This record gives sequence, structure tokens and C-alpha cells, in this order.
Amino acid sequence: MALRQKILAAVVGVGLLIVIIELVRRRRLKEEYSWLWLMAGVVMLVIGLNYGLLQRITEFIGAGWTSSTLFFFGILFVVALCLQFSVKISGLENKVKNLAQQLALLEAQRSDRLSREEEPTPPSEE
Amino acid sequence: MVLLPAYNEAAQLSRVIAAVRAAAPGFPVVVVDDGSEDTTRDCALAAGATVLSLPFNAGYGVALQTGYKYALAQGFEYLVQLDSDGQHDPASIANVLARVRSGDMDVCIGSRFLEGETYAIPGLRRIGMFVFRRVASKLVGRTITDPTSGFQAMNRRVIAFFCRDSYPVDYPDTDVLVMLHRHGFRIGEVPVDMYPNKSAKSMHTGLRPLYYLFKMALNIPLNLIRKEG
Repeated sequence: MALRQKILAAVVGVGLLIVIIELVRRRRLKEEYSWLWLMAGVVMLVIGLNYGLLQRITEFIGAGWTSSTLFFFGILFVVALCLQFSVKISGLENKVKNLAQQLALLEAQRSDRLSREEEPTPPSEE
Repeated sequence: MVLLPAYNEAAQLSRVIAAVRAAAPGFPVVVVDDGSEDTTRDCALAAGATVLSLPFNAGYGVALQTGYKYALAQGFEYLVQLDSDGQHDPASIANVLARVRSGDMDVCIGSRFLEGETYAIPGLRRIGMFVFRRVASKLVGRTITDPTSGFQAMNRRVIAFFCRDSYPVDYPDTDVLVMLHRHGFRIGEVPVDMYPNKSAKSMHTGLRPLYYLFKMALNIPLNLIRKEG
């Protein structure tokens, strides 16, 4: 593999790792989600610097070209990520639903109490 | 209590609440305002109903479940739900409730079809209803003529069951009946009169029937293999 390709792959890999770590440090990205991304960065770096490894993987899975291997795992990664998001969204949706319902119940309770307090106030002299 | 889920029903609501009060005097009327943009909330309050207002439009199932949660918290023994668009005749409340009250059933569905058709169904929906009727009847082990009816009465055990997170809040329907049956609840039907929807605002418009079909096709078999406490 040409030196330029190696340098590019290394730069992109290292760049991604730095961005992710920085995001986690600023608490913009939760640790929970960071591991998948960190893994992606590390894999990019390792594959970029070690063309032999990519060739061996390609041979192992029976792909014709090394580029197919990259695309295959790249897409697999994106699919896994989307699935994780879908699961998370389903959970969040349920929580939002429960919160909205709770809010409606509490609000009804409050206005009920307010109207009951308003009504039977006996005339007091003060 | 009587539960009326409502989304933008200001035009009909006062009349429906009045009819409910006349048909079931002494029953608390609870309206769930599903994030309506019109004056649904004010109409319901003016008519003397308790109003549960969802902060945004969350859908029919979420609205229903909000009412169930209220009923559970308030300790009501029985609950009757009907649509707030005036399709269901509140005069039938006593009939639907009677079978649950007597202990014959845990859930009683007000069916449009049990005593002949009092209500003409538009076009394609007739086929879908036929299919779900057959599926529901087969799985529940007894004839269910109107599994998609929103006119139902239930007892406290069912209310508690519906308050769980497993309640399918998007289009609760045929699959709910299968779920109920699987958990040993007794389901039955009584005939009710039905008026065709005047405002012609149905939940089943556009692509939604397709999603509905998909959901039922997925959920009904899943309910059969799902293990839940």
C-alpha cells in the first residue's frame, strides 16, 4: 500500500479518536455511546497501517477485493449503530409517554384541588 | 367512570358529554384531551367533566392509557370508554357495562355487528374488518364480531393490566384482545347502535391502514410467543 494511503488512513483514524475523546471529555457524548465509535477509530487506524491484516481478513471471509471487505464492515457498523439508536428511541418514546401521562394526571389533580379550595370557603372575618 | 379520549372534538364534545350524563347519571366523566389545538379542553371543563390534558398529541392509545391510569389511581372499579366524536350512542353504556358488572366478563365490547348492521362501512375497510374479525374470533376462542370497536367496558383487573408498559399504545386493537385472552381475561360482546361518523375524521386515513395491517400481522403472532409476567 502506498505511503500516502497509509498516512491518510492514519490521520483520519487518529483524528476520529481525538474528536471522540474530546466529545466525551466535554460530556457532549456519553461514555455509553463512545465505545462503538472508539472501536471504529481504532479499527480504522490498525487497518490503515497494516495492509497485510486487511488482506488476510479479505481472504478469510472470501471477499474478492480488499475494498469490499472495508465496505462490508463499514456498512455493518452503520447498521449496528442505527439499530442501537432505534432501540434507544423506543425506550425514550416509552419514557416520554409515561412522563406526559403523569403530567396530565398531576395537572388534573392540581386543578381539582384548586377548584375544591375555591368553592367552600366560609366567610371569614379578618 | 366514563372515559372519552378526545382529539380536536370541540364541535361534538359538549353534546356527547351531555348525552353521557343523561345515559349514565352519577358516573364521573373523564375526558382525555390528546393535545388538541381547538377548544376541546374548555368545552369538556364547561360541561363539567374531569379533563386530563396531554401536553402534546400522543395518539389514541396513549390517551386511552392515560384514562386507565387515572381510573387506577382513583380506585374506580369499572370503566366504560367510548369515542368522543358522537359515533357511539351513550344510551348503550348501561348495556355494555351490565355484563362486566355482573361478573360474566372482564371486558365487554360494544359491537356494531352483533345484531345486524346498523352502520354502513365504507369500501375497503369492510374487507379488513372481516379479516380481523376472523383472526380475533379464532384466537380468542369465541366469536368476536367487532374487534376494532372503541366502545368497551372493563373491570379493575383489566384497567390495571392496561396500565402496564406492555400496552400497545399505537393502535391498540385486535392485538389487545389476543393479549387479554392470553392472560386469562374473559371477553364478550353486546350489540350497540352506531352512527356513521359525521365529521368523517377517521384514524384510518392515508397510509395508516397499511401500517395498521403490518402492526397487527406482526403483533398478533408475537403476542402468542411472547412471555410476560
